[in-house]
Amino acid sequence: MSKVKKKIKSIKIDVDKCNGCRACEMICSAFHANPKYSSNNPERSRIRLIREPLKDVYLPIYAGEYAKAECMGRDKYVIDGKEYGECSFCRASCPSRDAFKEPDSGLPLKCDMCEDLPPGEKPLCVQRCLNDALIYEEREEEVEEEVKLEDVETGLESMVDKYGLQKIMDTVARMSMSKKG
Amino acid sequence: MRYAETGFNLEIDLSRGNIERVETDPKLTELHLGGLGTNAKILWDRVPPETEPFSPDNLLIFGAGLLCGTPAPGANRTIVTTYSPQTLLMAYSMMGGFWAPELKYAGYDKVIIRGKSPRLVYLWINNDKVEIRDASHLQGKGAVETQEMIRQELKEPKAQVTAIGLAGENRVYFASIEQGRSSASRGGIGAVMGDKGLKAIAVRGTKDIQIARPDEWMKLVNEVIQYIKFREKNLIPGVIPILARLGSPQEMAIHDEEWHTTNFMWGNARQRRRDFWTKEVEQQWRETQESVRTRLISCYNCPLKCGATISAPGISTYMMKCFSKLTYTMAAYSDLDFGFKIAGRATEYGVDGYSTPQVMAFALELYENGILTDEDMPGMPSDTEGRFYWLLDRIVRREGIGDVLANGTYWAAQQIGKGAEAYAHNNIKKQEQLPLKLGMLNPVYFLMYSTGEKINITQIEGQFPQAPFPTKEEREAFVKDWFQVPDERFKQYFLDWELRGENSNPYYPTVEATCEIVDWQERMHYIDDALGMCAGLSSFHLKPPYHIHNFPALISSATGIDMDEAGLSQAAKRNRTLIRAVNIRRGMRRADEKPPEDHWKKRFPELEAKLLDAYYAFKGWDHQGIPTKASLHELDLDYVAEDLEQRGIIKNE
Ligand code: SF4
Ligand code: SF4
Ligand code: SF4
Repeated sequence: MSKVKKKIKSIKIDVDKCNGCRACEMICSAFHANPKYSSNNPERSRIRLIREPLKDVYLPIYAGEYAKAECMGRDKYVIDGKEYGECSFCRASCPSRDAFKEPDSGLPLKCDMCEDLPPGEKPLCVQRCLNDALIYEEREEEVEEEVKLEDVETGLESMVDKYGLQKIMDTVARMSMSKKG
Repeated sequence: MRYAETGFNLEIDLSRGNIERVETDPKLTELHLGGLGTNAKILWDRVPPETEPFSPDNLLIFGAGLLCGTPAPGANRTIVTTYSPQTLLMAYSMMGGFWAPELKYAGYDKVIIRGKSPRLVYLWINNDKVEIRDASHLQGKGAVETQEMIRQELKEPKAQVTAIGLAGENRVYFASIEQGRSSASRGGIGAVMGDKGLKAIAVRGTKDIQIARPDEWMKLVNEVIQYIKFREKNLIPGVIPILARLGSPQEMAIHDEEWHTTNFMWGNARQRRRDFWTKEVEQQWRETQESVRTRLISCYNCPLKCGATISAPGISTYMMKCFSKLTYTMAAYSDLDFGFKIAGRATEYGVDGYSTPQVMAFALELYENGILTDEDMPGMPSDTEGRFYWLLDRIVRREGIGDVLANGTYWAAQQIGKGAEAYAHNNIKKQEQLPLKLGMLNPVYFLMYSTGEKINITQIEGQFPQAPFPTKEEREAFVKDWFQVPDERFKQYFLDWELRGENSNPYYPTVEATCEIVDWQERMHYIDDALGMCAGLSSFHLKPPYHIHNFPALISSATGIDMDEAGLSQAAKRNRTLIRAVNIRRGMRRADEKPPEDHWKKRFPELEAKLLDAYYAFKGWDHQGIPTKASLHELDLDYVAEDLEQRGIIKNE
């Protein structure tokens, strides 16, 4: 594979500054609604705030890759005497938990860094975090070219994992027949 | 499709164990918006005025505001409405936090509770699945503790839970309903919840909230956010710290308590300590605050941080909001450390942070003056702080004298007699008020205190400075970017208002100007309370991000309802008048509309009568404060007029 220049987009998360407002969840879901901002539902957000006020746990987590199986074991962190729940730091949309799945279809969600935004604009969750708990950073790096999965493909992959390829193909065939008919 | 609202209410009959999901009439949203407005409509329609607060027929309505759950920052209020056991009038306390948006995401605008459960239960609303569950294992548990226990037993860490503590279960007249970092505390609504045998309501929702015209809407919301940023950077000069910046008073963030501690009264709203705030006190209080405060926190979808997590040694962690930090401290002549600690216990018990300290200070005054004796207070410790804990424990359990005190200062004084009435001196309409005693009558505040239906000054005031600025230059600077005024003439009222001389309190603002200023202030609160907007970003503040000029377009683009400034003002007036009618039907009259006798040293009976007359007329009410037939007609409230006429309250001329 050839080397290409790639823009690395990252978000620095300063959990000490988080006030627990969940505006990031709300705006992410609104931005990804179709048409844009026509609805919102934090459950559809690609960032989730793990929030346990009485334990002072405030942890914004971004949805990463879809995982078809859960890990062999689970992890639990204790930092500065604060215990975080199992898998708290994991970004996967995984069978072991509800996070990062569309509430109706169960399809996995993944943070796309708001790729639909005009260049130069910061991701919505960052814009909307007025407490500066989320800081956007960008840099360029040389990396190997990769095949990028589209949203549809990621979704399909998870369906395939769940129902098997044959069943999905049959369903698509049936659906396209009835749409045409 | 319904926009901003869900279009459904949950009707729960606890006597019969019945649960219904009922579609609401969109026409009512046009007329009353939502939240407080539609709550009041339901109370008027369905609960006859003869109904006792502790009757199964009384309703307890949890209403999410119209904009709750939408991207509008600060739209997160739950408005709880019922008949108050304390004032016997309509109570409408509100809470911020996360509960109202969650309810909307679950697919409901309101939860309406009627009947009484024979045993203690809680309600579990999980989208379309709603159950009444046994709560006998939660009996006597703290309000904070209960929320956590329910989340755990449901295995739903994201459920938002609102709960009562022991005080609500025992029907203490100033029991609160607690929820995370917030509470609906005024008017004893927690007692009504306890009377219904309802310990808590847990909600989890994963549905969408729709917006009618998304592009237009987001543009407006973004303007609001930009202005919040601007206001946070540009504090208003010349006013006290809590008014200089947005938020429900930033009590958890600020250390400078000079204003409250030297202007508000200590004890049973008795003594002003002008020299209290010294360098040493400031140092000590700063240390206390920083050592117990873990984090500053907000409500749903709000960039501000009005609450804090408090972890003080020896007590369980809780979340505190605004002013309860000082009420216990000042009532007991103690310090901040005591304040934080007793407030922790009080939050678990679930009691109002305004009334409770005053009730206890009142009891101690009665004791010091021989009206209550050792016989009434067997085993009470000798130090004030110990006595406060002792009293608190007895009040929430209704033990001994606690049973009497649990009804608040007004009713306790009636029961105790022997001149105790004189000590219940800081009430309006039977409810304890902020401990504030001042010199010269302020006409604007006179009207707000007297006629406010919420019976709580912080829920009426805002927009207009509380006092004149000393110099012309300061006043001119203030009005320069004051675009929130409904009309340019409000600027002139402020410019002409002076500390001394002809244009000063009590004769300036003039009677007419006073009416207009009060009307503006309360109008903005009525709009907020219908939308579920936090007053800390809106009506409570000088120069807030939400105002009469941007609200109509916000409402219209979110809901699809046509709305302009006149229409919005009319809706607010309709709600305000309907609530007045509810209270009039329950017997409230002009004689009840007065501030505490000693609120101001200098009173002006003639002027006060004139102010009331003028304000009543301005509002379309008669000499008794009863809405006239004509004004009700103009507000599409003919059915109210008819009812009042049938009852002989409006005389048929
Ligand atoms: S918007 Fe910022 S402060 Fe609010 S929850 Fe998200 S990360 Fe925390
Ligand atoms: S970067 Fe964009 S897609 Fe990712 S969580 Fe934030 S708002 Fe959502
Ligand atoms: S301003 Fe304060 S009280 Fe109001 S919504 Fe925001 S955090 Fe809550």
